[in-house]
Amino acid sequence: MLTKRIIPCLDIKEGRTVKGINFKNLVDAGDPVELASYYSDQGADELVFLDISATAEKRKTFAALVRKIAQKINIPFTVGGGIASVAEARTLLLAGADKISINSAAIRNPTLIKELSEAFGGQCVVVAIDAKKVDDTWRVYSVGGAKPTSLNLFTWAKEVVKLGAGEILFTSMDNDGTKQGFANKALLQLSKTVNVPIIASGGAGEIAHFTETFRTSGADAALAASVFHFNQITIPQLKKELHTQGIAIRKTP
Amino acid sequence: MKIGIIDYGMGNIKSITNAVNHLNHTASLLTNPDSINDYDFLILPGVGAFSEAMSKLNETGMNHAIIDCVKNGKKILGICLGMQLLFAKSYEFGETTGLGLVEGDVVPFDKEIALKVPHMGWNEAIATDNYFKDLSGDYYFVHSYYCLPKKKEVTLFLTNYGINFCSAINLNSQIYGVQFHPEKSQHLGMNLLKRILV
Repeated sequence: MLTKRIIPCLDIKEGRTVKGINFKNLVDAGDPVELASYYSDQGADELVFLDISATAEKRKTFAALVRKIAQKINIPFTVGGGIASVAEARTLLLAGADKISINSAAIRNPTLIKELSEAFGGQCVVVAIDAKKVDDTWRVYSVGGAKPTSLNLFTWAKEVVKLGAGEILFTSMDNDGTKQGFANKALLQLSKTVNVPIIASGGAGEIAHFTETFRTSGADAALAASVFHFNQITIPQLKKELHTQGIAIRKTP
Repeated sequence: MKIGIIDYGMGNIKSITNAVNHLNHTASLLTNPDSINDYDFLILPGVGAFSEAMSKLNETGMNHAIIDCVKNGKKILGICLGMQLLFAKSYEFGETTGLGLVEGDVVPFDKEIALKVPHMGWNEAIATDNYFKDLSGDYYFVHSYYCLPKKKEVTLFLTNYGINFCSAINLNSQIYGVQFHPEKSQHLGMNLLKRILV
């Protein structure tokens, strides 16, 4: 049976891991290569690295970091942050990343999704969507949640899948940083709207939130950052509890 | 052991190279067939579209080189798309002829099953062969098509995703194929590579 995935997310700025609480107030939480190796040993099913330095100069550092990560871990990992062309994606994939995640660049230029999926296959194209509820509709935001767009979450999700996205990483800005649980209703609707795997993101605060999202939302994976980085939830503890609750997860030694 | 990883521009070969090096074998990337006979074991990796992969292999003459080597007894391991390429024919975007080293077809997951495609994530592969029994467990998969071997006995692992499909093959301990990514499947994947690469 296909298992639900637990994905720690590492925000990277100038080679170090940071986590924005509600996209602000960055706090340093360690060396990315060490942290990646630690999470992999702990039983993380996949990792996501988001480069938030996002200048061309700094992104060269990121490719070097991706190379080091690929040498150190043997679980799949996704990289994202400021990728806006096939060439940039190729550099990161050749460095050893398995998937690339795009967000604002896809909103600015939806054709990029098609170009990437034609060049590398849809399975390595993750479209990340940040959205929050505005007047009863889920509105998509770009530039790391700073800029509202005219797009609706579900319409946009359908569009990105049509263009070749192989997976959607949905962050509910309403839930992110609150530690009150994932946006399960929106996730469920998303799951009914598109037929690709969905990663739930934003709102993880305790183990029960993971159980709940896997039970009720149709999400295939759950992503979190600070609860893992600050050791509020450990992955072995989380997986043990999910298993006890009857959620299919990967057994790790 | 000298392992030749066939590099034809399809997907993440960095990870498989890292994995092979970790196992203390020597991995070299082969971009053309010139030195293919110098290697003890070939690995055919790959992610992406079947037809594009075949035309890239055909362009460099790698297709004939692989077929000749294997017919002369060289061992080969196909990973993910690489496993599919070993088969006779794929039905991805029309019909494409494969390397034909294994009888059978590559077919899409049936939409009627109503599961998400691609089949992405960690899923259980169960060995049908006692020698591999201890390596049954969760491996990392990413694919939208699967292999349907003509002869049942070539199946080495079975995985359930709506249906039971063949997730690995073994022909006479010479031709191996795995639908999942052992190089991304942590300890279990490394142990499987260790068992196969002999």
